[in-house]
Amino acid sequence: MPSLRVLSAASSLCLAVVVGACAPAAAPAPPAQAPAAQQPAAAAPGAQVNANTYIPVISKGFQHQFWQAVKLGSENAAKDLNVKITFEGPENESQVDKQIEMLQAALDKKPNAICLAALDSKAVVPLLEKAQSAKIPVVGFDSGVDSNIPVTTAATDNIAAAGAAADKMAQMIGDEGEVGVIVHDQTSRTGIDRRDGFVNQMKTKHPKVNIVDIQYGGGDQLKSTDLAKAMMQAHPNLKGFFGANEGSIIGVLNAVKELNKSGKLVVIGYDSGKQQTDAIRGGVEAGAITQDPIGIGYKCVDSAVKAIKGESLPKNIDTGFYWYDKTNIDDPKVKAVLYD
Amino acid sequence: MTSAESAVAVAIAQRRSLLHSDAIQRVLAFGALIVLFAIFSVASPNFLQFDNIVGILLATSVNGVLALGVTFVIITGGIDLSVGTVMTLSAVMTAVFISVWHLPLPLGILAGLATGGLAGLVNGSLVARMRIPPFIATLGMLNIAKGLALVISGLKPIYFNDTPEFNRLAMGSIAGGLLEVPNAVFVLFGASIVASLILTRTVLGRYAFALGSNEEATRLSGVNVGRWKAAIYALAGMFSGLGGVLIAARLNSAQPSLGQGYELDAIAAAVIGGTSLSGGEGSILGTVIGAFIISTLTNGLRILSVPQEWQTVVTGGIVILAVYLDIVRRAR
Repeated sequence: MPSLRVLSAASSLCLAVVVGACAPAAAPAPPAQAPAAQQPAAAAPGAQVNANTYIPVISKGFQHQFWQAVKLGSENAAKDLNVKITFEGPENESQVDKQIEMLQAALDKKPNAICLAALDSKAVVPLLEKAQSAKIPVVGFDSGVDSNIPVTTAATDNIAAAGAAADKMAQMIGDEGEVGVIVHDQTSRTGIDRRDGFVNQMKTKHPKVNIVDIQYGGGDQLKSTDLAKAMMQAHPNLKGFFGANEGSIIGVLNAVKELNKSGKLVVIGYDSGKQQTDAIRGGVEAGAITQDPIGIGYKCVDSAVKAIKGESLPKNIDTGFYWYDKTNIDDPKVKAVLYD
Repeated sequence: MTSAESAVAVAIAQRRSLLHSDAIQRVLAFGALIVLFAIFSVASPNFLQFDNIVGILLATSVNGVLALGVTFVIITGGIDLSVGTVMTLSAVMTAVFISVWHLPLPLGILAGLATGGLAGLVNGSLVARMRIPPFIATLGMLNIAKGLALVISGLKPIYFNDTPEFNRLAMGSIAGGLLEVPNAVFVLFGASIVASLILTRTVLGRYAFALGSNEEATRLSGVNVGRWKAAIYALAGMFSGLGGVLIAARLNSAQPSLGQGYELDAIAAAVIGGTSLSGGEGSILGTVIGAFIISTLTNGLRILSVPQEWQTVVTGGIVILAVYLDIVRRAR
């Protein structure tokens, strides 16, 4: 019984959290299993895909704008391809245990395929092996898994994208000077890749640019604000600031505003959101890297359907990224991947 | 003198006898704050700068206001784990009033305060009438408020872009000139004075101490314990509501996904300031100093570029040290 397993696995504290806030995310009722889906033909080449095909999408979160955009993309794909999906994820990106419970519960529903954005790329491996032996194809999205089991992974190349941000930063500050960095956390794949992508690109291509400090704000806007202010105080000669996700860059923007440093610092961000796009239009922020969250969501469900049908897929699907600034923010291609 | 008054008088007298050591804790906390300032000022020329001091004051404002409310509850011998997410829910309600329904700012601010007060009243009723332990009742409220904030906001931040005055309420400065300190800081000081007056000059404050010192004696002497307890939780909720208005004004938006974890900083501020988790003891001045210690420490360690992992370790150590000092002085 999955519910029993969940009960024993979660402390009463965690359970209260699940009951209190995760429930709305799982609101779409799991679809009734179609007779066809119950047959072990799920991953056999050329398996049927129909309106009863069920693909749970296990995300890294649901309450941030970015994940809402991924959700929208996966729902669009489900509509286009006429399959059923559910979209759920833990409340924050440190709840590895919650995500594993969600994955377990999803497997217990005997789905036709699973889409997974793993919070901890190693912790999910045992469950993925279970999926493999049950012949349920797994499609990774947003970030990869240390395993060969996923048939493909639809993700942004965060190292390349953060490297592009570093190039832009170096170019705008004259290829030398002090730069500060705020990242959302030091343990998640995207946090590590964006930090390392930015730092390594600076080290190898722009040796005169000195990254004076890297701090982690947990994606919390208020904490990131106070963090960025302290960094600006500590390093009065700072010429540029990079925020590695939406919460981090909003903190940097607030700090710039509160310390009246608008125009004195080159601010470069990541992702979008209204506050950030307004700042770019207004010139406070030089520009940002945007991923394609809707595309990530769409591609993962699309790939899952292809996997069910037995079509072969490339190991990685690069969903791409764009540099955007004041000049191209209204370009239809860029506009399509920005969210408010 | 009625029996209720005499029981309270006894409780107050008990407290008076502790007043001496209470003062010691406050002096100790204030001394610690001075020492921190001295160390950081020597360690970095960038610490003792006007802008940075303003930064510390501002960083204290939200946590300080939350800590004021939680101090009242802890003095009664209870705990309030919901202050962080009730703050978020209040911020969302303020945003709904101002940015979605386009109502005047004062109404939006009132809505934030009322939301906090209502959530606090529910907490108080759960604790006082239904006899649910405060830890559990407010843990439940933590989740309810968090969930409602997400539901009501539709999982999206709500901005105050049509009403720039709202941001200026917190970030502008009524003082101006040389003393260009954001209003949010004055709000903290104002709220502290109000809280201190309530705690030391009103029946509500006296009963808070009486409840925390000896709830049974207070009940037996005819005090309507349930009603006063509910009122104290409601008051704490209103401070969370004020925190919600402040954070929304500072961030120029209601961010529905933050707030969890803020309760622990608020509780830590109260405890560092000498509020006893076993109830019956505490002061607003102590809590405010406690809140400043936390933000000074965080700011100073950041200025020195201490790795964040270690900042967290140090902050945790300070909380334990503060409680230990409290126990040592009590044992004397």
